Amino acid sequence: MTQDTVIDVRGLTKSFGGRKVVDQFDLQVPRGAIYGFLGPNGSGKTTTIRMVCGLLKPEAGEGEVLGLDVLRDSARIKERVGYMTQKFSLYEDLSIRENLEFIARLYGLDRRVERVDQALADLGLVERQTQLAGKLSGGWKQRLALAACMIHEPELLLLDEPTAGVDPKARRDFWDQIRRYSAQGVTTLVSTHYMDEAVQCDSIAYIAYGKKLLDSRTSEIPKQIGLFAWRITGHPLHPIELELKGAAGVDLVARFGTEIHVCGKNAASLERAVRQVKAAHAYVEIEPIEAGFEEIFIYLMSGSIDNFQ
Amino acid sequence: MSGARFPVTRALLDLSWSRVFAVFLKELVQMRRDRPTFAIMIMMPIMQLVLFGYAINTDPRHLPAVIEMREDGPLTRAFLASLSASTYIDIVAIAHSSEEGEAMLRSGDASFLISIPEGFERRMVRGERPQILIAADASDPVAAGGAITAVQQVAQQAFAPEFDGALSFLARAPPPYEIVVHRRYNPAGVTSFNIVPALLGVILTMTMVMITSIALTREIERGTMENLLATPVRPLEVMIGKTTPYVFVGAIQVAIVLIVATLLFHIPFTGSLAAFLLAVTLFILANLMLGYLISTVARTQMQAMQMTFFIFLPSILLSGFMFPFRAMPVWAQTIGECLPITHFLRIVREIVLKGAGFADIADDMGPLALILLVLAALALLRFRRTLD
Repeated sequence: MTQDTVIDVRGLTKSFGGRKVVDQFDLQVPRGAIYGFLGPNGSGKTTTIRMVCGLLKPEAGEGEVLGLDVLRDSARIKERVGYMTQKFSLYEDLSIRENLEFIARLYGLDRRVERVDQALADLGLVERQTQLAGKLSGGWKQRLALAACMIHEPELLLLDEPTAGVDPKARRDFWDQIRRYSAQGVTTLVSTHYMDEAVQCDSIAYIAYGKKLLDSRTSEIPKQIGLFAWRITGHPLHPIELELKGAAGVDLVARFGTEIHVCGKNAASLERAVRQVKAAHAYVEIEPIEAGFEEIFIYLMSGSIDNFQ
Repeated sequence: MSGARFPVTRALLDLSWSRVFAVFLKELVQMRRDRPTFAIMIMMPIMQLVLFGYAINTDPRHLPAVIEMREDGPLTRAFLASLSASTYIDIVAIAHSSEEGEAMLRSGDASFLISIPEGFERRMVRGERPQILIAADASDPVAAGGAITAVQQVAQQAFAPEFDGALSFLARAPPPYEIVVHRRYNPAGVTSFNIVPALLGVILTMTMVMITSIALTREIERGTMENLLATPVRPLEVMIGKTTPYVFVGAIQVAIVLIVATLLFHIPFTGSLAAFLLAVTLFILANLMLGYLISTVARTQMQAMQMTFFIFLPSILLSGFMFPFRAMPVWAQTIGECLPITHFLRIVREIVLKGAGFADIADDMGPLALILLVLAALALLRFRRTLD
């Protein structure tokens, strides 16, 4: 592998109770990239991230993380990776400062007090450092968790749905922070369900039933999928929605509040279907739009039948 | 007011049987899913029945005795033969000096020292009523009691057939010999002398095992294990780091028990303090490892607690704490030998009551150290480095 590929894994496979959760998964993440990891619930995102950082042993596959063998060198990989778990996994009965000091000690860091002070200052938690971590709100817990997994200055950040259940302002701040780390050369692999976060990533890997269905630069994805869309507004929309579902040329009908986005791979037959609706219901307005990530990923997810089977 | 209370009572007693059934079904399903807890609930009564029914015997037999024979004649040989035939005592050695016999008594290799003095037969024939000396290890008064009575009967039965013909004049009451019993280490037979030092072992077993049994299960239940495993921390580091704080807790408990034992129960502390401290440290460590091993096996804190009780039961019943160890069948003694507390109880009684030092407790320190090492090794092997 080249020095500039931080994650280079091939054929990672893992099953639980006879069911393949991750199947023949390949991933190449270049240094400094923010790599988005998308897919429906239960698609194997968490399992993949855990295999990359050595928390789960792959049954098959090989690869390097930070130039170290992912199967044999997991102890050394852990020293250079920051992993943020989906659930808050710091100690709720320790104070903010005690949590950071504990993690700093486990990594055997020099200038420990200085680093913890710096982390607290960056977090803006200097005044509340003696407060118990369990007393923090969701957004603050997530910021503390990020600070804890950054305290040993890892080269690779693995973030598993870091912004789930966090308010929009806190999510925005969180992403500003990720971009700052990226500018410093830190590589990030982040799983998310939010499309506004997906578009912030340089590249996106889409996984469903443990199989990678898409892996591309974010800007190239719409072209690659080739999805066309129309917006329909008016009132009432519900009968229109029912009418469009299953109509020829329509692959996806997605309701966005007071409008419907109708998408299809075939531009001509999609337009025909939309115009038929317009002809039958004069009160609706129709307008061609560019298919966004939201539509693209809902389209991808509706294609993957059920990940729990 | 009574009018206002009536609806409240009704609200409390109002119930729908279908909702009761819903809750009942849910509990049943959850109970069935938690296999280990279910297994322990089934195992517990079986274990108790077996232990109390077969293992526990308050009338100890086959107690080891050392015989100090200063005389070898037809009468003493008959006495020895009867002693050998008795089920109450097993002759484990014939001592050649009184020091040898005393040492065996102190180290616990023998529970009785029976001495027959020089010129026993000659003096008996002369009507001088010579003494048979029985020195009993009375640090466990229950264990000693039955056997002392038994030896007196054995003597009577052994000599009776010999007292015929020329010696028939000896078949009279009182018998032509005297049996003198010395209750060693606890002459007054005070039960607390036996129980209080042993309680230290029970207290340490209960608290140390219970506390460390949730060491890892708590991390898993709270979800903090994932974070811990993602750091470079090694299994041995987790084990040492997690158990060491409780060594101090154990030390405080030891201090409290010692102070109370001395001030309230006036337990004589006759042996080597250094030997005691070494033994108690080893014992605390063994218990911590036992608890830690449980925490690598149990998946929830609830399971850990139940496994702790599963260990605790034989620790009380099969260790010689509540019932005489030597009165148990061999299989129960074998289980007892595998428990840290069994060895600690012997050590602590030897040191506190019998004045023992390092040399006397070596035969129990070895097994205790071995148990500690095996438990630590098992716990390290069981520790899951991954979330698999």
